[in-house]
Amino acid sequence: MSLRSKDLTGIKDLSAEEIGLILETAAGFKDVLGRDIKKVPALRGRTTVNLFYEPSTRTRTSFEVAAKRLSTDVINIAISTSSVVKGETLLDTAKTVLALGADIIVIRHNCSGTPHFLAKNINASVVNAGDGTNEHPTQALLDLFTINERKGRIKDLDIAIVGDILHSRVAKSDIYALTKLGAKIRLIGPPALVPDCLKDLGVKVYTDINAGLDGADVIMMLRIQLERQGKGYFPSTHEYFRNWGLTAARVARAKEDAIIMHPGPMNRGIEIASEVADSSRSVILDQVTNGIAVRMAVLYLVSGVQG
Amino acid sequence: MKIFIKNGRLVDPSQKIDDICDILIEDGTIKEIQIPRARGKGQGAKEKKEHELSGVDEVIDAGGMLVLPGLVDMHVHLREPGFEYKETIKTGTEAAVRGGITSVCCMPNTNPVNDNAGITEFIIKKAAQEGSCSVFPVGAITKGQKGEELAELGMMFDAGCVAFSDDGRPVMDSLVMRRALEYSRIRKALIISHAEDLSLSAGGVMNEGLLSVTLGLTGIPSQAEEVMIARDIALAELTHGRLHIAHVSTKGAVELVRLAKKRGIADITAETCPHYFSITEDAVEGYNTNAKVNPPLRRREDLEAIKAGLNDDTIDVIATDHAPHHRDEKLGEFDLAPSGISGFETSIGLSMKLVDAGVLTLDRLIKKMAVTPSRIVGIGKGTLKQGADADLVILDTRAEYSVSGARFRSKGKNTPFEGWKLKARPVATIAMGRVYKWE
Repeated sequence: MSLRSKDLTGIKDLSAEEIGLILETAAGFKDVLGRDIKKVPALRGRTTVNLFYEPSTRTRTSFEVAAKRLSTDVINIAISTSSVVKGETLLDTAKTVLALGADIIVIRHNCSGTPHFLAKNINASVVNAGDGTNEHPTQALLDLFTINERKGRIKDLDIAIVGDILHSRVAKSDIYALTKLGAKIRLIGPPALVPDCLKDLGVKVYTDINAGLDGADVIMMLRIQLERQGKGYFPSTHEYFRNWGLTAARVARAKEDAIIMHPGPMNRGIEIASEVADSSRSVILDQVTNGIAVRMAVLYLVSGVQG
Repeated sequence: MKIFIKNGRLVDPSQKIDDICDILIEDGTIKEIQIPRARGKGQGAKEKKEHELSGVDEVIDAGGMLVLPGLVDMHVHLREPGFEYKETIKTGTEAAVRGGITSVCCMPNTNPVNDNAGITEFIIKKAAQEGSCSVFPVGAITKGQKGEELAELGMMFDAGCVAFSDDGRPVMDSLVMRRALEYSRIRKALIISHAEDLSLSAGGVMNEGLLSVTLGLTGIPSQAEEVMIARDIALAELTHGRLHIAHVSTKGAVELVRLAKKRGIADITAETCPHYFSITEDAVEGYNTNAKVNPPLRRREDLEAIKAGLNDDTIDVIATDHAPHHRDEKLGEFDLAPSGISGFETSIGLSMKLVDAGVLTLDRLIKKMAVTPSRIVGIGKGTLKQGADADLVILDTRAEYSVSGARFRSKGKNTPFEGWKLKARPVATIAMGRVYKWE
């Protein structure tokens, strides 16, 4: 089996089988990462370009490590949006990158749909490393991988996602991925950040975190972007923590063996209490490690389609 | 110069004509409309026709075709001066004529903004020199369309502006809008409202709802349009100014206008555009920048409400909001692409679908696309009465054709209707005394 598309633009476009394939492939690569020599020659001679229009440390580094473990050459291009405003269009930049010999373009962009646009207009494989408030598919895949590692399944798990769902590309990708694999999802947060229309995706929506966490198997916390403050979505970070911050008392509402996840970087004391972030239930650092294996799988599989 | 159009089915609501007619045009005006009384009966009639043809420079056989008053489009963007890379008065009016449109009212959001008589005069002069159809400028309500200070409405009106609008932007300040509706009364001038509450629509690029959330695009709620329409209706009631609501796109907006008309509290008219009764927000899927337009494409229930509003005359006018953009501007990030649809060359084809669907009779469609807009802006067009300007279009409603943006006359190839099969297509348009014909 292989993926149907040369690109990974989003989870929306993947079938459950394709998600399964990526997770299986990632499991194989995770074994590689545990060896003394953590590298395979799978993509030797290929070139991966990390084209990042937004500042990113962890995702870019994770993709870079993943690409290097597969023996591809890696080029990092960080473009500040301000220099783009001055001149070159996205398509021209992408074509320039292609002319430099890129086989895979890993793109992060502040505008939703940018990877889809590139995928349509260039021949290289395009991998979405986060586009606007749309999707962050590799984050969702590593979340699935981590949940599966801990729980042995995805199907029928009760998964609570807490925070700014509206603006979270991580949450969107997680919702699509988890739904496709049969998990039950509850979304929790302030009404302006968890629009009611999301119910149409077959999820439950809560404003009360205690009710939302009741009996959950997995608690996924989202980063509250501080720039949302002062926009009226909620009055203050202080009040946010009071209403939706994850404390030990709230964790106690979930199942005894519930795990706690966060895509990072965390705002301690705003969305998550330190004691919770650092507790034995937290799998936050596993997520980081698994991210490399999952991204290796994605790069490897899209290259296969590209042939 | 004499032109004779024969055998066409003339539909002219201004004269309550719907019949097979012959039309004689002399020096750009309608000389005579002949309704053959003894159609197909013997030699007599035929001979008479032959006789009359003497001295005619051009005979157009419109057999099997519709002959209509040239369409009047009261909401267009010709982009000149300032954005000639998107469109010019020359290319824009060529595209209009290709779409059967013979009079256009061009919005003031040019660079510089048409906010003074000098710019108005420039547009009128340029249109007279290079235009293929009649061009009637719409002046800005406020200086620089900034929404702060009234522009010189009186002088612009005297220079030839037929209405005033800050189109593309609302007049956010309610007091400024009040003053505009009051002051415009000195010339009984029309104020056109681009209804959008900027604080509710801020950052928005498409309709707000599940689709905007799942595409990760910032939504514009219907209410951004509706609260401003409600405000402007209230201000029209207060001032007795003449208010026209541009590009109505929502169910709630239709209801507000309907209620205002029913109560008879204000002198209010409203328009919509073909895209609002033809497609929904679904067209945005795949981040199709050609479906990015302001107000945004809405939902099915809105589309149905627009049709109902057209049917019960809540909505008086169909205008294109022709908004051409350069290819490069639409080829990129959805968030950054400018809003607008190149509408001249699909308008009549899309609108005729309303007739096929039984939403409007042909007669009422022509009213909304020619007669009524002409009356609202007071330009004396939209009729083929004897002595009127011979602005007309001959429409072939039989042959199906496929929409291709690349083949538009307009510089703006930005259409969400690429590949659509449409039926009604102009085969000839007469405007400003000139005949344009296409195969």
